[in-house]
Amino acid sequence: MSAQPVPDSTDSGATTSPVAAEASESTVNGDLLETVADGPRPQVASQVVALWVENLTVSFDGFRALNDVTLLLDRGELRCIIGPNGAGKTTLMDCITGKTRPDTGSVYLESRLHNLTELSECEIAQLGIGRKFQRPTVSPQHTVYENCELALKGNRGVFHSLFARLSKADKERIDQVLETIGLKDLKGRMAGLLAHGHKQWLEIGMLLALDPKVLLIDEPVAGMTQPEMERTAELMHRLAGERTVVVVEHDMEFVRSIARKVTVLHEGRILAEGPMAEIQRDPRVIEVYLGT
Amino acid sequence: MRERLLQFHGRRGWLILAIAAAALIVLVPLLNSLPKSFPLSVPDYLIPLLGKFLCYGMMAIAMDMVWGYTGILSLGHALFFALGGYGMGMYLMRRMAGEGVYRSNLPDFMVFLDWKELPWYWHGFQHFGFAVLMLLLVPGLLALVFGWFAFRSRIKGVYLSIVTQALTFAAMLLFFQNATGFGGNNGLTDFKRILGHSLQSPSTKLGLYIVSAIALLLTYLLCRFVVTSKLGRVLTAVRDAELKTRFCGYDSINYKVFVWTLSAMLCALAGALYVPQVGIINPSEMQPSNSIELAIWVAVGGRGTLVGALLGALLLNGAKSYLTAAFPSAWLYFLGGIFVLVTLFLPRGVLGLMTTMRKKRAAPEKTTAPEPVVAGEMLAAPEKAVESS
Repeated sequence: MSAQPVPDSTDSGATTSPVAAEASESTVNGDLLETVADGPRPQVASQVVALWVENLTVSFDGFRALNDVTLLLDRGELRCIIGPNGAGKTTLMDCITGKTRPDTGSVYLESRLHNLTELSECEIAQLGIGRKFQRPTVSPQHTVYENCELALKGNRGVFHSLFARLSKADKERIDQVLETIGLKDLKGRMAGLLAHGHKQWLEIGMLLALDPKVLLIDEPVAGMTQPEMERTAELMHRLAGERTVVVVEHDMEFVRSIARKVTVLHEGRILAEGPMAEIQRDPRVIEVYLGT
Repeated sequence: MRERLLQFHGRRGWLILAIAAAALIVLVPLLNSLPKSFPLSVPDYLIPLLGKFLCYGMMAIAMDMVWGYTGILSLGHALFFALGGYGMGMYLMRRMAGEGVYRSNLPDFMVFLDWKELPWYWHGFQHFGFAVLMLLLVPGLLALVFGWFAFRSRIKGVYLSIVTQALTFAAMLLFFQNATGFGGNNGLTDFKRILGHSLQSPSTKLGLYIVSAIALLLTYLLCRFVVTSKLGRVLTAVRDAELKTRFCGYDSINYKVFVWTLSAMLCALAGALYVPQVGIINPSEMQPSNSIELAIWVAVGGRGTLVGALLGALLLNGAKSYLTAAFPSAWLYFLGGIFVLVTLFLPRGVLGLMTTMRKKRAAPEKTTAPEPVVAGEMLAAPEKAVESS
C-alpha cells in the first residue's frame, strides 16, 4: 500500500502529492502562498492553504504510527478523517497540535514559514489551531461562562491575566458563543455537572471563543443521541466556512451527513482521499474499513 | 473596583472577615492589656504562641495556593519557611554583635568554631531592609529555579511531592553541617533585639504578634485577589484539565512557576515573623515531617478555600499545643487519626462540613432555583455532582 492518494477525483482536484512535492522544494526559498498560487494545479489557485502537513512520520518504540503522511487543507474546508482503530488519526492530531513531536516532517499554518512541529502546544494554540478532544474536556470546577471566558481569544500572559477584566466586547462575544451552542440558560452551571452532550457543545463553544483558524475535532458525536448528533452536524457546518475544520470520526452516518471531502487513514498512511461518495466506492477502503 | 472587591467575598464574607481581623488585630491586644485579674484577659505567655499560630496560618494559605488551587502537592514547603526564618535569624544575630557570650563581633557559633571573619553571605544582614529583601528573594529565587526545571520537565503528582521532600531533606542535611555557616545543629538562637526593641519585653512580643496578624490579613487578601482573578481561574483549570488549558493557549508551566514562587515567598515571610517570636531557628524546621504536617493542616481545614487552610492550621496547632502538654505521647496518634478520619469522611475538610451543614439548614426555606455560583464555593461542586447523578 502506498502513500499515493486516490486518482484525481473529477470535481475537487483532491490530490495533494504534486503540490506537496512542489512545496518541499520551495519552502526553502520562497513564500508558501505563492507556491500554491503558481502551483501546477490551477484548481487551487483561487483558494488559499490553511494547513499543510508534509511527510509526517512518527514512530513509537519502532511502531510507525504515521508513515509519510502529507495533507493539504484549503481555507474554509470541512474535512473528515476516517480510518480503523490504530490508523494514526489521533497521532496526526497530536503532531499538528504539538503534543507529539514527529520524527520527520513538518506542519505549516497558512502563509507562515515557521514549522509548527518545533513549537509547544500553547504556542501553536496561540497561532490559531484549536483542538477538541475525544472525551469532552472542560474545566469541571468552572461555570460554563467561565470556561468560555478562559477560552476567549486574547493575551495569555501570566501577569496580564492577573489584572485582566472582561471588556464589553468580550462579554458580547461570550454571549454570542453561548447563543450559538445553545447553553445560554446554563451559563452559571458548573461545567462538570453538564450532561455529556452539553459538555461536547461547551467544548465546541470554547473553540469558537478561541476563534482559531484551524479546528481539529476528535470524535464529536461519540455517545450522542440522534437529535444531539444532528445539532452537532449543524454546528460543524457553521464552524466551517471562515475556518478550516478537520473532524476525526468513527460514526459513518455522521461523516456522511457533514463530509464534503474525506481522507482515509490506514496503518499510518493515507489510503484514499476524495468526496464521500467516491470513497465509499473505493474497493481498498471497503476492504479495510467500510466493509467490515 | 467595588465590583472587583465583591468578587473576593460577598457582603457577608467581608463582614465576617472584618470581624475576624478586628478580633485578631485589636481585640486580642486589648484583652492582653487588661489587668491579669480580669476573667477574659489574655496572659502574656499566650501572645507569642498565638503569633506563632498566625505564622503557621500564613504558611497554610500559601500551601493552599499551590495544592488546593493548582493541584501541586508540595511536601517541601517548610524549606521556604525555614529559609525565611534563617534570613531573619541572621539579621538578629548580626544586631547582637558584641553582646554574645564571647563578646565578639562574630556570632557565637563562629567564635566557637574558631572562625576569624564573617562568611561573605553574612554581609549586609545587619541592615533590616537588606535582610528582609534577602529573606524574600533567596527563597523566591530558589523556588523559581526549582519550579522552572521541575514543571518544565513535566514532573507531576506524587513524583513532584517526592522531589520536594528530597529537596527539603537535602537542605536540612546541608544546614546541619557546621561548615555551611548557619550554626549547624543548634541553628541561630539567643537573640536579643529586633529594630532596637528587646525581644524579652512583653510590648515587643505584642508588637510582633500584631505585625503577624496584619501580615496574615494582607497575605489572605493578596491570595484572594489572585484566586479570584482570571489567573486564579487559569490555575484551577490547570489543576483540573492541564492539557486542555495548554490547548487553549495558556502556558501552564509559567502559571505554575508563578504560583509556586509566590507561595514560597509567602512561606518565607511567615518564617521570618515566626523566628523572633519563638527565639530560635535550626535545621529541624526543614525536616520532612514538618512539610507533611503542613499538608495535613490544609487537608483537614479544606483544600482550595484559603479560609479552610487557615482554619486547619489554627485548629490543629491549638490541639497540638493542648495535647502535647496534657498527653505528651498521644499527639502523633491524634494527628494520624485525624488525618485518616478526615480523608475518609470529610474529603472537603472541616470547612466543607460547615458549608454542607449550613446548606442543609437553609435547604427547607430555599426553592430549587439554581444558586449563584461564587468562585470561593468551588468545593461545593462534588457534592452537587453526587446529588444530581
